[in-house]
Amino acid sequence: MKTMRFHKLKELLLAFSFCMSFSGNVYALEPGNKAPDFNLPGIQGSVQLSKTIGSVVYVDFWASWCGPCRHSFSWMNAMQEKYRSQNLQIIGVNLDAKNEDAKKFLAEIPAKFTVAFDSKGETAKQYGIKGMPTSFLIGRDGKVIYQHLGFKEADKESLEKQIKSALEAKK
Amino acid sequence: MKKDVIQKSFYAVLLMCMLGLSGCALGTAVQPWEKATLARPEMTFEGDKLDNAYTEHIYSSKEGASGGAGVGGGGCGCN
Repeated sequence: MKTMRFHKLKELLLAFSFCMSFSGNVYALEPGNKAPDFNLPGIQGSVQLSKTIGSVVYVDFWASWCGPCRHSFSWMNAMQEKYRSQNLQIIGVNLDAKNEDAKKFLAEIPAKFTVAFDSKGETAKQYGIKGMPTSFLIGRDGKVIYQHLGFKEADKESLEKQIKSALEAKK
Repeated sequence: MKKDVIQKSFYAVLLMCMLGLSGCALGTAVQPWEKATLARPEMTFEGDKLDNAYTEHIYSSKEGASGGAGVGGGGCGCN
């Protein structure tokens, strides 16, 4: 009888720890990992990451309610203009739950780069992002070179340096 | 028969204790991209400027020192 009881208790504890282990297990991508592919609706047709292989891709996860994201837009517009000829492609993945919020934001601050919409946050989960905005610099081989969390004035210089060196790197 | 009931209720209480201890950890955590509502200005302590100024006024009046709510050098009279 006593051992029976012990077994039941053990089972209960095991089930409990099993359930607990599911909470908060999101892993971030590390430099060198292959960037997970995505296919999302965009402003002009669908946006697919695997179609950009051969160019350096800067994937930025943003939302209309996020302050630093708002500041990053002018910089990303400038970067896209400056390095377009060298095959840089900036993809802004919007994570607003409501698509209208994103549209309103874009009407206010137009994006001169590719914008994709992921209202369910599936790609954000895949990329394991820990804060807004998070950006990934992906090399011509489709591997993550650099990951950056947040956006400040002081970040601009080092980010551009990273982009430059990625563009200059051999295939 | 009675023992059975006691045992069952023991497990029920144990399970409830466990769920209570785990709190909201059993549910999925709010992800960074799901914080749209939390990012709204009215969700902060300083959401309303007028209300904030009013509260600060009362506070410094009660403290008896202007700048008691965070301005450097307040209080000692040396700055």
